[in-house]
Amino acid sequence: MILVGAIGVVVKRNPVHAALSLVLTLFGIAVLFVAQQAEFLAAVQVIVYAGAIVVLVLFVIMLLGVDRAEDLRTDALVGQRGLAVVVGVGLLGVLSAAIVRGTDAVVTRSAEGIAIGTVEAPDTNITQIARSVFADHVVAFELTSVLLVVAVVGTVLLSRRRPSDVRPVSGRPS
Amino acid sequence: MCARFLAGRHDRLFSVIGLVIVPTPMWYLLLSALLFTIGAVGVLVRRNPLVMFMCIELMLNAVNLTFVTLGRRLGSIDGQTIVLFVLVVAAAEVVIGLSIVISIMRRRSGANIDDLAELKG
Repeated sequence: MILVGAIGVVVKRNPVHAALSLVLTLFGIAVLFVAQQAEFLAAVQVIVYAGAIVVLVLFVIMLLGVDRAEDLRTDALVGQRGLAVVVGVGLLGVLSAAIVRGTDAVVTRSAEGIAIGTVEAPDTNITQIARSVFADHVVAFELTSVLLVVAVVGTVLLSRRRPSDVRPVSGRPS
Repeated sequence: MCARFLAGRHDRLFSVIGLVIVPTPMWYLLLSALLFTIGAVGVLVRRNPLVMFMCIELMLNAVNLTFVTLGRRLGSIDGQTIVLFVLVVAAAEVVIGLSIVISIMRRRSGANIDDLAELKG
């Protein structure tokens, strides 16, 4: 199901359909988060990704009116499609080889680690994340707040239409 | 290596506990590698900037899945903390990127990434 959604993002010609396929993939990943005892992240995933980000993307698609189908049959550059497939297969091969080779290390290391999420209270996940975010990584947390403020201010500056340069939408820049 | 991989006790893709088939971390990691590859190919192939953003989201989600899997496997909560930060950065990135796309599209009518080559030196 996840892979169907992911392939749908790439091959759907209409951007709206691609966004809805992305929702399918994001929900599937949220389910996998639940299966791995990361319930808080699953909730955040559904709210932030499937809620906010996809709605934002759909809003921009509707606003710009670019929801016409894209012609996927012609290459923009000569041989771009074939090169992309070659790069994809190579990347997949490298990643799979790394995973297969690295599994031994992971299994050996995890024998010494603490088995989390097996016999714990239901809210332990949130408690652990809160302790990790607000105690161990508090500087990074403050930096993300700075990043969000910068993003909001930058977005407002970028998308604000100054009253001095009101021009027709179809006008060409000089 | 492949024979050892197939015969290894820890390397199976699924483990059976009772009647339930439980995917192992190996399965999660391979799935996220596949998702990352699909996203990367999508960025390379598609020419609509919005669809390219969606493919970047796909790659970020694949990395998130890897973080959660390995964090659980290593018994550490830091993987999930990093995923939280990645979510925040992804949200900021999408907002900035979409506003840039809007401000470009307001001046030009083309929705194609190849039309944006006018800064070419």
